[in-house]
Amino acid sequence: MIDAIATAPLAALADGPLFGLPLTRLWFGLVFAVFGTFLALDGFDFGVGALFATREDDHEREQLLSAIGPFWDGNEVWLVVFGGLLFAVFPVVYGNLFSRHYLLMFAILGSLILRGLAPEMYEQRHDRQWQQYWGWAFVGGSLAAPFTLGVFVGNWLFGVNGLASAASVTIGLAVVALTVVDGAAFLGLKTRGNLRQETRIYGHMAQVAYLVLAVVGLALGRSVAHVDVTAPTTLALLGSTVVLAVVYVLASRRGRHYVAFAAVIGQVYGLVALVATLLYPWVDPAGGLTAEAAIVSTLPLNLTTIGSALLLPLVAVYFVVLYSAFDGPVDEGDSYA
Amino acid sequence: MIDPVIASRLQFAVTTIVHIIFPVMSMGLAPFLIYFTWKDIRTEEQVYRQLREFWTKVFAISFVVGTVTGIVLEFEFGTNFAAFSTAAGELFGGPLAIEGMMAFMLEATFLGIFVFGRERVSDRLYMLSSVLVGLGTWLSALWILIANSWMQTPRGFETVMESGQPVVMLVDPIAAYANPRFPWMYVHMQNAALLSVALFMAGVAAYFVWMNRDTEFWRKTMKIALAVLLISAPFQAIHGDAYGRHVADTQPQKFAAMEAQYDTDSSVGLKLLAFPTSLQDITDPRAENLFVIELPFVASILASGGDPGASITGLNDISSENPPVAIVFWAFRAMVGLGMWFILLAFWGGVRWYQGRLFDDDRLAQALAASSLLGIFTVELGWIVTEVGRQPWVIQGVMKTSAGVSPSLTGTEALITLAAFVGVYAALLVLYSYVVTRLIREEAPTRPATPAGDDHQPGATIPNDD
Repeated sequence: MIDAIATAPLAALADGPLFGLPLTRLWFGLVFAVFGTFLALDGFDFGVGALFATREDDHEREQLLSAIGPFWDGNEVWLVVFGGLLFAVFPVVYGNLFSRHYLLMFAILGSLILRGLAPEMYEQRHDRQWQQYWGWAFVGGSLAAPFTLGVFVGNWLFGVNGLASAASVTIGLAVVALTVVDGAAFLGLKTRGNLRQETRIYGHMAQVAYLVLAVVGLALGRSVAHVDVTAPTTLALLGSTVVLAVVYVLASRRGRHYVAFAAVIGQVYGLVALVATLLYPWVDPAGGLTAEAAIVSTLPLNLTTIGSALLLPLVAVYFVVLYSAFDGPVDEGDSYA
Repeated sequence: MIDPVIASRLQFAVTTIVHIIFPVMSMGLAPFLIYFTWKDIRTEEQVYRQLREFWTKVFAISFVVGTVTGIVLEFEFGTNFAAFSTAAGELFGGPLAIEGMMAFMLEATFLGIFVFGRERVSDRLYMLSSVLVGLGTWLSALWILIANSWMQTPRGFETVMESGQPVVMLVDPIAAYANPRFPWMYVHMQNAALLSVALFMAGVAAYFVWMNRDTEFWRKTMKIALAVLLISAPFQAIHGDAYGRHVADTQPQKFAAMEAQYDTDSSVGLKLLAFPTSLQDITDPRAENLFVIELPFVASILASGGDPGASITGLNDISSENPPVAIVFWAFRAMVGLGMWFILLAFWGGVRWYQGRLFDDDRLAQALAASSLLGIFTVELGWIVTEVGRQPWVIQGVMKTSAGVSPSLTGTEALITLAAFVGVYAALLVLYSYVVTRLIREEAPTRPATPAGDDHQPGATIPNDD
């Protein structure tokens, strides 16, 4: 009796997509949106890590670590959620894509280990040698992670089967540049004075580099059948990226740091949206899989949809609480450890 | 070149064996931290602030290393076990996705506030953060163990063949996720985490007692940890006993391997202690050859829930392919033996505490200090019994481990990452141990927290402060 009551609505969930929604398309978009959120948020952690290389002064280095200290772990969990959702919604892609890019995946994971561990270790001891080594490890991990992630995205998009192609390496470099812009824009919010001004200059240089590399990367990959660089959505996304780049440069110069940061976040989502629209209807072109073919069956899809609809808004609340608790520039007294 | 199946299994073993240390630390520390935070806010006694601050540092480093090693595990399903991921993604992917959103996000965001935000947020939000971080760690285990327990006792699914490969389709999510193994596993694991961390805290504190450097900070640590140990150690044995019965019902092959029982037999005794009499007994233990001290009929009683004459199915009557019996048999013996030792330690400490001589017994202090890492070691043994014991299956009775490995993976690729992981994870363990040791030696309060009158000289007889 109880079993019958409990399973009746569940059985209905196996009949068809929830509320007749176009769930395949929604999930295709949502998986990329989650990846975009990861890249936008952890991107500034990577960027701050790269900019760490430009700072010699201990006090300034502390400020950079303090700026990302409370946030980076939560930001990185977006990658875990991306992996989990891809597994739940496109299990075939999860297996195929990651096992095909086996060594690259472990290069990403290794970089993330280095990036996560290095700041913790850096703070453990205050002798010069130790901090120098872990400082380098932090910079290295923060550059290698977005680079390998970018190459992975390039391989995914262009259907590369080997380790990498010229196009995917260019996308890797473009993502590094974009995270540096992201980091500089974030430091616009978290630092003051000289440190803010000097990192801003690096941000502007990286912004130019990003635009060039993104266009070159697309040009190199344009021969791949499904990569339609002249499609209206492609041109619109490229156009809005250029506009947002100009907004970032102008706003950061005029001290409108929130506007500048938002313009960079917009560019990150723009890049991920570009990848998604170029891929669709393919979800793994090299594996010969379209989204329709790779989608999980109806019952688990509906369950994941319900779970995510309940949980993702909650997660948004956690992030609002966290970011508002540490709003504004890093205080002199805030220490990383 | 090495077989990619062997390399993938070894790599998964290495990465899980190292990873599990850190969640055990964070899940076990979480309830202590909630208590310390609450006492710190309510009483404003300095010692609770010190306890909270110090153990939060240990928690934070454990969490960071747990994060970076945990992400590896998640992606290894895709990289190394693509065939498993493809075949079982319907059932297995969902819990991982929910874990990320429901649990990991909760821990990782509120940890930021909990570690960095004491001066920035209200007492109320700070207290809430400690609770949510703790809740996150326990919810995380819940979803991971739902996924794992389903592989041990799969339910609520149908197997269909797609191009010669079995694909598992979700039919009844409640049966699948509330599978028979899940509650056993969850209770056993969470209590094991509490027990392990209590033993670690008590052991470290006991070291300082033994060295006559026991400030109020370490005395308080020892008492609170011992109190938790007094409950969790006996509970683990009582619960583990019933858990064993459940394994006999649901995974007879694993149970037979745990007991090295090859022939089906009735009125089987429980091998309390087993002594190998030859090298062969170690590498290939067989119940009938071992010199054992056993409780007559008890294995039968356990497996059946009361019938001393009940028969236990032997490995020879289950399947032609057995799990590596030696590993399962000896890991199980070692786990149970260490569990008994923890109960003994807990009662020893409890008696001394009752007598008001908790800090006077050097032997107790030495025994606790020497045992500080044994709880975590025992968790590893338990997982070895669980995971090795279900071989050759990755999903019990449904899919073999060898069939789950990525078809595109080459031996060279697998060997490169295996070698890299052995190196990187050994380095991680060294660094983690270094950091925690350094925290204990340099950041724990060395001066008594209470007013000067309560001070004592090293080496002097220590008055009990109960």
